[in-house]
Amino acid sequence: MSESEQIGAVPARTPPFWRTRGSSPAGVVFLALAGVILIGWVLVAARGGQFLSLENLVGVQQRSAALGIVAIGQTLAILAGSLDLSVAYLISLSSLVAAETMAGRDGNIVIAVAAVAGISAAVGLVNGLVITKLRVHPFIATFGVALIIKGVLDHLYDGPAGKVPESFQHLGYDRLGPLPVSAILWAAVAVAAWFLLRRTTLGHRIYAVGGDQEVARLSGVRTDRVLIVTHVLCSLCAGIAGLLLASRLGAGAPTVGTDGGYDLESIAAVVLGGTALAGGRGGVGGTVGGVLLLATLDSVFNQMEVNSFFKDVVRGVVIVTAVAIYARRKHGRRA
Amino acid sequence: MRRTLPIFGVLAVLLVAIAVVNPFFLEPAGFLGFVKRAAPLVILAAGQYFVIVSGEFDLSVGSLVTVEVVVAARLIDGDESLTWPVLGLLLVLGLLVGLVNGAVTTLLRVPSFITTLGMMLILSGAVFLWTGGAPRGALSQGFRAFGRGSLGPIPWSVLILLAVGVAAVLLMRADFGRTLVATGDNERAAALSGVRVDRARILAFVLSGLAAAVAGILLGGFAGVSAQVGQGLEFQAITAVVLGGVVLGGGRGSVVAAMAGALTLEALFTLLNLYGISGALEFTVQGVIIIAAVAAGALRLPFRLRAST
Repeated sequence: MSESEQIGAVPARTPPFWRTRGSSPAGVVFLALAGVILIGWVLVAARGGQFLSLENLVGVQQRSAALGIVAIGQTLAILAGSLDLSVAYLISLSSLVAAETMAGRDGNIVIAVAAVAGISAAVGLVNGLVITKLRVHPFIATFGVALIIKGVLDHLYDGPAGKVPESFQHLGYDRLGPLPVSAILWAAVAVAAWFLLRRTTLGHRIYAVGGDQEVARLSGVRTDRVLIVTHVLCSLCAGIAGLLLASRLGAGAPTVGTDGGYDLESIAAVVLGGTALAGGRGGVGGTVGGVLLLATLDSVFNQMEVNSFFKDVVRGVVIVTAVAIYARRKHGRRA
Repeated sequence: MRRTLPIFGVLAVLLVAIAVVNPFFLEPAGFLGFVKRAAPLVILAAGQYFVIVSGEFDLSVGSLVTVEVVVAARLIDGDESLTWPVLGLLLVLGLLVGLVNGAVTTLLRVPSFITTLGMMLILSGAVFLWTGGAPRGALSQGFRAFGRGSLGPIPWSVLILLAVGVAAVLLMRADFGRTLVATGDNERAAALSGVRVDRARILAFVLSGLAAAVAGILLGGFAGVSAQVGQGLEFQAITAVVLGGVVLGGGRGSVVAAMAGALTLEALFTLLNLYGISGALEFTVQGVIIIAAVAAGALRLPFRLRAST
């Protein structure tokens, strides 16, 4: 069914996606980022340190790469009006699958990457199918899948397992000039997601489904299929993050995903980037800004040697304040 | 109302299954022990129900429970005479946290998922900033009595649970309950017909905060002081409410069913233990059952709609 035949069925209250795309408050998050960098620079300089040193910038990029990649996937899920709470456990699972399959041998890297891709795609498929075909709320569906993975992980592993060959560790630690390889990987994932959302039909459909699922369906979008593909992509991002973390650790670890808090943290980064939790509005650019903002805050705190509990307090305040500001800018509509 | 019936069936089946494996469960002491263990989660589920039925989430209750226990231990520090003042303070703390959650969500228009996620970070960060990283001090015997003591044969926590349950049912039967459900069902329609939507939601968050305070008091006595006492409770409470057939997004479901959902979840944990399913795989079984239960509820819905229209 072509979309043009059905276009008359679209009620006027949903703005067309080409208009909603432009209005994301991604600019605000970069302004905030600039502000944090400035404040951090002043604070650190006042203590005689150097905030904008190469070492520190590389540190920020490296810290943010794993979270950044997960958050890109989470952006897709949230834009489609869903969300994914299973990413943290999937990251742990991927790191273990990668390290166990590689078992320290260079020859196994390709198989290991394929295995991780296969498993994460399968988890995404299950998430998507449970949400669309069984009509379970995404919160419960992905939380249930998270519990399932957690149970399997706890049952099979007590601690780190497997071994990553040295050649694969280049992914986590090497640099090309000033740029860490992990940051380049993150940038590649972000550009791919940006291209998907802005230049492909699937991307437009993700916005349409997130904006109003019923309207999208009436306009001839196969909403179930879009949601399933989105969840597969989101899980693949988590799988990539798992590979990256395995290469950093040199092994797989059953708690690497949950220790990093990648589930809630990635959602926080997406929302910090101005993407509406209700779906349909926002984009990848804001998410990149949100992740960088969280990483820069972290870096400032580290340099100031701030208590880690105080960090949590500030992070909580920053997230809520940022979203309150976005809400003020688009008042009238509630998420 | 029909939507709430399945959960009672599931609960009955689980209780029978437990009794078959463990006949002690049929004796008053055995059953009361089970209810006592379940009481904190059931109370949390009642609080979470108010928030969910109004169309919001409260992710902060788990860390609020931890905060309540840690604050109580630090302030009381074994001093019996401080028991009652601190109990009052804990309730006020729960109320204040709920008030802030509600005000930020409604007045500043921050989605509750984010508000309460931020509150979760702030609470757990602040309390350990205050105590220096680990819980300190000790609870008094008088404080611990609520979680572990009993009045004659009946544990205090069961009595408190009954009181909370009755209060919750009465609240939902009063005007407040109707306005809350109307708010969750269709905010705009409710506002246009004169419901003070924001006030109803703020009250729901306050009730959830109070429930977390009560649950924290019970857990402090029952399980003792630790930094992990409230960990994961927010997800368990939400799961319990959804198991009870309450719809995420608001407007549908009863508080009794939500509390039955929490009892069901607790019965499920008990049963898995009895059948010797190892602690780890328990999570897997739990995940499958939660998805299956919610899916069963969701799949039945379209037929209902067709029958009723």
